Amino acid sequence: MSQKILLDKINIPGIKTYEVYRQNGGYASVEKALKTLTPDEVVEEVKTSGLRGRGGAGFPAGMKWSFIDKKSGKPRHLVCNADESEPGTFKDRFLMEYIPHLLIEGMITSSYALGANRSYIYIRGEYMWVFKILERAIAEAKAAGWLGKNILGTGYDLELYVHCGAGAYICGEETALIESLEGKRGNPRIKPPFPAVSGLWANPTVVNNVETISAVPWIVNNSGADYAKIGEGRSTGTKLISASGHIKNPGVYEIELGLSVYEFMNSDEYLGGMSSDRPLKAFVPGGSSVPILPANLIYKTANGDDRLMTYESLSDGGFATGSMLGSGGFIVYDDTACIVRNTWNFSRFYHHESCGQCTPCREGTGWLEKVLHRIENGHGREEDIELLLSIQSKIEGNTICPLGDAASWPVAAAIRHFREEFEYHIRFPEKIKHRDHFVNEPFEKVRHLVAKQTV
Amino acid sequence: MERTFHKQEINMTEALMNRINELIGHYPEENRKSALIPVLHEVQDAHQNWLSIELMDKVAEILHIKPVEVYEVASFYTMFNLKPIGKYMFEFCQTSPCCLNGVENLMDYTCEKLGVKVGETTPDGLFEVRGVECLGACGYAPMMQLGDFYKEHLNEQKIDQIIEDAKAGKIILHDK
Repeated sequence: MSQKILLDKINIPGIKTYEVYRQNGGYASVEKALKTLTPDEVVEEVKTSGLRGRGGAGFPAGMKWSFIDKKSGKPRHLVCNADESEPGTFKDRFLMEYIPHLLIEGMITSSYALGANRSYIYIRGEYMWVFKILERAIAEAKAAGWLGKNILGTGYDLELYVHCGAGAYICGEETALIESLEGKRGNPRIKPPFPAVSGLWANPTVVNNVETISAVPWIVNNSGADYAKIGEGRSTGTKLISASGHIKNPGVYEIELGLSVYEFMNSDEYLGGMSSDRPLKAFVPGGSSVPILPANLIYKTANGDDRLMTYESLSDGGFATGSMLGSGGFIVYDDTACIVRNTWNFSRFYHHESCGQCTPCREGTGWLEKVLHRIENGHGREEDIELLLSIQSKIEGNTICPLGDAASWPVAAAIRHFREEFEYHIRFPEKIKHRDHFVNEPFEKVRHLVAKQTV
Repeated sequence: MERTFHKQEINMTEALMNRINELIGHYPEENRKSALIPVLHEVQDAHQNWLSIELMDKVAEILHIKPVEVYEVASFYTMFNLKPIGKYMFEFCQTSPCCLNGVENLMDYTCEKLGVKVGETTPDGLFEVRGVECLGACGYAPMMQLGDFYKEHLNEQKIDQIIEDAKAGKIILHDK
């Protein structure tokens, strides 16, 4: 068994409640930090740990913390990003639903490190029952003296609230999240200024993912150095992976970074292999925004090295032959899946979720969806593949926030690795009429038709 | 925004106002507007799950902001409904991981069973089927949102049961 940091207590009956959580060592990190460490010492521990942002970007958390403006004297805020909406990702919900006090403990310890006296957890509106779980857990923590004025008699004050969104993927982008928390539309802000200087209500603000903040108690209780011993190279610690698609055991897993993709996919401790006897066709390792990879690049990199569950190994080869760890939304496809249909589906998602602020994204995502829809529905044209590549290249890098990139990368990757499948759709429209067109006749069986035509 | 002519009876009960004031208390007084989204959820839940112009105007008054500041937010976020909807709204997640597990066929089944198309309300006003984007339950697909809750690992039998329970008034929509 590998080491568990976030989910080690998840199977203790009643761990959802304050009493059981406390009896099992809960809130120890708050005691240790407030009574024995200075805020800067906590920041140093997190820096030493090498903990990286678990929302998808993988930016070192301790470094992000050290950017917060402490000189201006303005109030500071910690905001937890619980707006989990990346297709394939459902790990934060698992933590908040089953061990809510871990996040609250992490919020208190982290807020202390940042000198924040008013912090928020921004949760997506669809997780309304989890919102209520957190509200009740915060009330329990407050009643037990972990929140409010003069916590543990140390003179440190903190108010923590949970705030809900209302169905907008874009609010997972930190500046859109801040706008939304201010009661506005979720339009991302132009940076700089970064939130660390001017965030919530123009005050210095740090926005961190649920999983990032939930790792802080362990780091404070043990040490940053101990955390850094787990994992592989610059990918330290453990990561939650939420797995879905055509696999035997979908769900949320905590892995030590550095585990091989092969073992994660096939061992009974984790995904247990494919859900049927169908062969593996493709996977998306880090949520819908990251490039999809074909079977031959999943277990091995292009150089023939074992592919590992780390930030570095999953991106080995760049976008030509690699992908990204992203948020850990691990989606597996067998040979009945249609890559064109999947790409169209993701494009529809991004079109729907574009905030509409930047023209390349607002218009481009619509174009991507339309062109992919017509290919998938048998009305594609020969020039459409080049058209898609042209549109995606015009969105990428030309928008205020990364949603534009997130919308364009999956399209480029699908064409890069599965171009023949797009050509098949365009040339044999009568064969793809039914939505389940590859269920009985997987593309592998009919790919020779595309090759024949090309000659 | 298109002005609708649906009438909505506005009833700001004491319990609702208490909850609204509690939510407003979560933000500094000068940032009262921050409470807007949580407050809209509460008033929508208490008013047949939709927001009329009049109701939004009421929210603007409570939060000391201009009505347009409420409209622009209510029209941006997909969870706010600006016209009446079915009491039991089946919001199926139709993003790729759910599709891999057959949500499209299940939506067809549900629509056929209820005699509606996606986006339509049954004549008795009880049911509506919608396709929505990723709800963050990919490992428990196919699934849908019903009120404040998720219904996961769905199949045709479970859909039948949910419809039956809803008709019998046995489904709780909100966690208050």
